Amino acid sequence: MADALIIGEVAGGAPSSSTMEGIAAARGLGVRQVAVLLPGADAATAASAAITGGADIAYTVVDGPAADGEFDALVDAAQAATAQSGARYVIGAKTLTGRDVMPRLAFRLGTALASDCSAVSLDDSGRLIATRPVYGGNAEASVACLGSVAVASLRPKSVDALEPDASRTGEVQPLAFEANVRTRVLERVEEAGEGVRLENARVVVSGGRGLGGPEPFGSLRELADMLGGAVGASRAACDAGWVPSGYQVGLTGKTVTPDLYIAVGISGASQHMAGCSNSRTLVAINKDAGANIFKEARFGVAGDWQKVLPAFMEQLHELMG
Amino acid sequence: MTLHIVVTAKQVLDPETPLSAFNVADNAVSTAGNIPPVVNGYDEQAVEAALRIKEAHGDAKVTVLSCGTDFALDVIKKPLAMGADELVLLQDAAFENSIDPTMAVAALTAAIRKLGDVDIVISGRQASDWDNAQVPLGVAESLGWAVATIGRKVQVLDGTVRVERVLPDGHETVEASLPAVVTVSNELGTPRYPNMRGIMAARRVQPTVWSAADLDLDGAASPAFELVSLKKPERAVQTEMITGDHDADAGRKLALRLREERVL
Ligand SMILES: Cc1cc2nc3c(=O)[nH]c(=O)nc-3n(C[C@H](O)[C@H](O)[C@H](O)COP(=O)(O)OP(=O)(O)OC[C@H]3O[C@@H](n4cnc5c(N)ncnc54)[C@H](O)[C@@H]3O)c2cc1C
Repeated sequence: MADALIIGEVAGGAPSSSTMEGIAAARGLGVRQVAVLLPGADAATAASAAITGGADIAYTVVDGPAADGEFDALVDAAQAATAQSGARYVIGAKTLTGRDVMPRLAFRLGTALASDCSAVSLDDSGRLIATRPVYGGNAEASVACLGSVAVASLRPKSVDALEPDASRTGEVQPLAFEANVRTRVLERVEEAGEGVRLENARVVVSGGRGLGGPEPFGSLRELADMLGGAVGASRAACDAGWVPSGYQVGLTGKTVTPDLYIAVGISGASQHMAGCSNSRTLVAINKDAGANIFKEARFGVAGDWQKVLPAFMEQLHELMG
Repeated sequence: MTLHIVVTAKQVLDPETPLSAFNVADNAVSTAGNIPPVVNGYDEQAVEAALRIKEAHGDAKVTVLSCGTDFALDVIKKPLAMGADELVLLQDAAFENSIDPTMAVAALTAAIRKLGDVDIVISGRQASDWDNAQVPLGVAESLGWAVATIGRKVQVLDGTVRVERVLPDGHETVEASLPAVVTVSNELGTPRYPNMRGIMAARRVQPTVWSAADLDLDGAASPAFELVSLKKPERAVQTEMITGDHDADAGRKLALRLREERVL
C-alpha cells in the first residue's frame, strides 16, 4: 500500500526527469509511502534509480504494449497500479505520454485531472491542492481535489528532483494487468532537429513573427551555434511554416529552462512565456517598446532586430575571441 | 451510409484580449469593454478537419455540439458558416464554464449518446480558457471509444480513422476502428473563412437546444474540484532596457552588459 503513486516513464534505462520530479513532489506532500509505475524494457534498472530518488515501491512493466509506450495499455497499467497501491494521490507529468494518459486515468477513476500544475500541496484535511496556470498563463488557479482519489499532472521542470540517496531501499513489484489496445501506431517518423536538443539546451535563441520569414532563422542558428545552444520559435513562426513545429516553445510546445533565453521578434504572449519563463536570464529584442515580453525579460532592447542582432553578434565574436 | 461527424466547439473569451483588458476578480475572469467571445481556436481547426473529411467522403453530416450557459449566437454559429450542417447547444445553468471539466464531459457524452448514430467526434486539443486539454479524452473514456490526440491530418477510411499525430520531434500515424474521438492541433492548418453563402445559410439555421433535463443529467456528475483561488500571477522581473545611440549600438551594449553579468 502506498499513499501516493507516480505515473512514471522510463528513458534510456532510467526514470525520466519528470518522473523524478513527480517523486520529489510526492515526497514534498509529506506522505509515508510513495510508489512509482515504471513501464519500459529497462524498468527493473530504472526502479533502483527511482528508489534512491525517493520512491518506496516500484511497479514495473517490462514487456507488452505498455512497455512499448502504447497509450491505451499505459492507461490500463496506470489504473491497475492505482488499484494495487491504494494511493489517494496520483501524480503524472504533462509530457507527450502524460497528456493522453493522465486525463484518461482520472476519468476512469471517476474524477478529473488537475493538469499542468506548477505545485501541489495538502490542506489540513488531506485534500490535494493543485496550483496551475490557466487562461494561457494570464491567471493562476488553485483547486482542491474532491473525491477519493486526486489525480494531478505536473508541468515539467516545476519541481526539483531529490538528490539520490544510495542508502534508500524499496520494493520492486512486477505489475499484472490486462491491456486493451484500440488505437494502433502504424508508423513513427523522427525528425531529429539540428544541433543541441531544445529541451536540454543551456542557451535558447528563439524567433517569432517579427523575423518576417524563414531566412533570418539562419542568423539565429549562427548565434545559437556560437553559444552552444539551440534554436526555438513562437507558434506564429511555426504556423507560418518558417521552422518545423518541433521548434515551438510554449504552452502547447516545448518547456525550456535554459540559463539564457534570447527572444527575437516575439511579442511575449502568455502562451509563449508558459514555455520559457523559468529560464534563468531572459533577453528580448523587439521593436515595440510596449511589447509584453519586456515585462518578463531581464534585459531588453527596443529596436529592429535587423540592426540589433548583427551588432550584438559582432560584439559577441569579439568578446569570445 | 451517412458518416456522422460530431465536432465539439466551445465559446471562449478571445485569447487575444490585451492583458490590460483581462480582469481577474472574485475568483472569476472577465474582459473589460465589449470584446466579443470567439470560438476556441483549436475547435475551428476541428471544424476544418470535419469538413475535409466530409469533402473526401461525400456522404457525411457534421453536427456541432457546444456546451455552456449562454451563447453569442453570431459567434457560435461560425462553424455553420464554415460549412457544418447542424448546431446543438447544450445550454443549462448547470453547464457553467468551470475549471472542473466533469460537467462538460457528462453533457457532451449524453448528447452524443442521444444523437445515437455518431461515427466520429472531433475536438480541438484544448480550450484556451482553462487549458485543461481533457474534455475529449473524458468523453472517449465515458463512451468507451478509441481516441487519438493532437492530429494534424485526419482521414476516415472504411470504418477506421487514421490520424497523423504531431510529436515533439516528428510525427506518427495511428489507426483505430470507429467510433472514435480525435483531437486536432494548429498544425492541421488555418481553418477556412466562412464565405457569404455560408454566412447566409448559417443565419437561417435554428440551433437545437438541449437542457440538462433533456440529457437526463439532473444531478448526475459530482464535481472533481473546488476552486480555492484564482488570481493574476505575480511577475517579479526587474527589466533593464539597454539603450544606445542607435539600434546597432544598443545591440553591442547588450553583449557587453550580458558579459558583465556573466550571462555570456
Ligand atoms: C491555447 C493556445 C495555445 C498557444 N500555445 C502557444 C505556444 O505553445 N507557443 C507560442 O509561441 N504561442 C502559442 N500560442 C499563440 C500565442 O498566443 C501568440 O499568438 C504567439 O506566441 C505570437 O507569436 P509571436 O510573438 O511570434 O507573434 P506576434 O505576437 O505577432 O509578435 C511579433 C513581434 O515581433 C515584433 N517585431 C516585428 N518586427 C520586428 C523587427 N523588425 N524587429 C524586432 N521586433 C519586431 C513585434 O513588435 C511583435 O511584438 C497559443 C495560443 C493559444 C490560444
